[in-house]
Amino acid sequence: MSARVRIGNGQGFWGDSIDAPVELIEGGPIDYVGLDYLAEVTLSIMMNQKLKDPSKGYARDFLELVRRVLPTLVEKNIRIITNAGGLNPEACREGVFSVARDLGISGFRVATVVGDDLMGRMDDLLEAGHELRNMDTGEPIRAVRNAVSSANAYIGARPIVEALEQDALIVLTGRSTDTALTLAPFVHELKIPWDDWDRLAAGTIAGHILECGGQATGGNYTHWRDVPEMDRLGYPIVEMWEDGSFVVTKHEGTGGLVSVGTVSEQLVYEMGDPSSYITPDVVAHFDTIHLAREGPNRVLVFGIKGSPRTGTLKVSASYLKGFKAAGQLTVVGPDALEKAAFAADLVWKRLERAGVTFAREDRSVEFLGYNSCLEGIPIEKVRPHEVVLRIAVRDADYEKVARFGKEIAPLVTTGPPGVTGFAGGRPKPSPVVAYWPALLPREEVEPRLRVHVESI
Amino acid sequence: MKLPLRKLAHARSGDKGDGSNVGLIAQSAEAWTIIQEQVTAPAVKAHFASICRGSVLRYEIPTLRALNFILKDSLGGGGTESLKTDAQGKAHGQLLLYMEVEVPDDSPIHGVESEGSQGT
Repeated sequence: MSARVRIGNGQGFWGDSIDAPVELIEGGPIDYVGLDYLAEVTLSIMMNQKLKDPSKGYARDFLELVRRVLPTLVEKNIRIITNAGGLNPEACREGVFSVARDLGISGFRVATVVGDDLMGRMDDLLEAGHELRNMDTGEPIRAVRNAVSSANAYIGARPIVEALEQDALIVLTGRSTDTALTLAPFVHELKIPWDDWDRLAAGTIAGHILECGGQATGGNYTHWRDVPEMDRLGYPIVEMWEDGSFVVTKHEGTGGLVSVGTVSEQLVYEMGDPSSYITPDVVAHFDTIHLAREGPNRVLVFGIKGSPRTGTLKVSASYLKGFKAAGQLTVVGPDALEKAAFAADLVWKRLERAGVTFAREDRSVEFLGYNSCLEGIPIEKVRPHEVVLRIAVRDADYEKVARFGKEIAPLVTTGPPGVTGFAGGRPKPSPVVAYWPALLPREEVEPRLRVHVESI
Repeated sequence: MKLPLRKLAHARSGDKGDGSNVGLIAQSAEAWTIIQEQVTAPAVKAHFASICRGSVLRYEIPTLRALNFILKDSLGGGGTESLKTDAQGKAHGQLLLYMEVEVPDDSPIHGVESEGSQGT
């Protein structure tokens, strides 16, 4: 028995390595490449872009990648599945076609999947009795209705499979789950029935291992000294087998490490209840996963079990929740820590004199290099001779946050000695885009999903 | 004698709403027994007392020799709202590895030279 399909992931988030996907596509045998561009609040940023310019609202970085790899994709029939479409998959497709015309390439198909965007339907959904209660707090979304800036349902692998069946070389979706980018080609190639829960769970777990790119191949690994040539880290590939077992690997000749250790760490990343990993397509059981070393940089994953999907889809909404700003200065010399704390205190006192106060939970003072992350962890701490003072605030009132920004630079000349490192101008207020997770019956979304394929 | 968890295990963490998750993976069968017994939810809550304001949930994944912890209310408002440097709990895995556990004097764990990888 040989592996039936090779699937890689070249992008773990918007802002990930721009060279990794090129190396994945050109550096060795591969059939499908998934690219994940969406984080929890990325769609809110895209909404702003789309409101200003209706031809925007997708991950434009993706077009730069297409420019570099399109000849190889067409020549070798390597297929791309990505959520780079964001809030505007059709505009993203036009971008891809425009790049293709520039390069003089034609004879391929691009699919778009739309219907996950719920923003235009929000009031209808509320009227129909869907309260979209926050999964963490239980509060109905009407409490923040006017501040909501985006709302999308997480959609699964089915529409992507439909697109692959229509011979799309590139599939552009909006808010697909990260794992669907891997599950879909596995289902498509092996004709897996939609009630074969164990194999759907296997494809989902393969997707979970891939979805953060280099985190499966030695990036962020506890034993970082054991990872060879991290400067040219190969991105992860799964070789899926007929029975749902698969091998995690990377291209020959790349740096990095695929071991039981690196794969285990990625499996537990962002995990909730391991017995119930819920996706639109299946509930996967992470407590059924077995790992074994199969060879150098090859880890076999097997034994995976799944259960039927649930009746709901997760909705990822975002809303504007005031503003925040952060500023930092370096404090050096004798008593650096005491001087930094004294400087922070000056900021609060001066703001108070100016009539500007912040609630205790809306202000933050950290000493980077001493306790910014270590806060209260029981370990011996060394008194530093230099620290970075980082002060931050948040508030519903833009003006208050802006006023705070004006109190950082003066510390260099009006505070304790040894205050330096002020650069980059006054900290400016930036909007806080907060996350609102909710559930919605799948019948409200799935019948409205549309797959459209166009050729060039 | 007491040893820090980094001599027995490795870890990775990330955000889960306004909480974080920390996965802890034992390096050997001996280490797994010790971790299962000693790295309890209350022990982890005590270790992160200043960081984690909510409860700690603990799950076991024996096939991976791993424990998964959810540290509720540990990110100062979560991903985008938080004012913290570590707004996504990326540091929590490293921080858990400072926690100390009691390892019997005759345990083979003491013989492990490095902090032990599982090789290529």
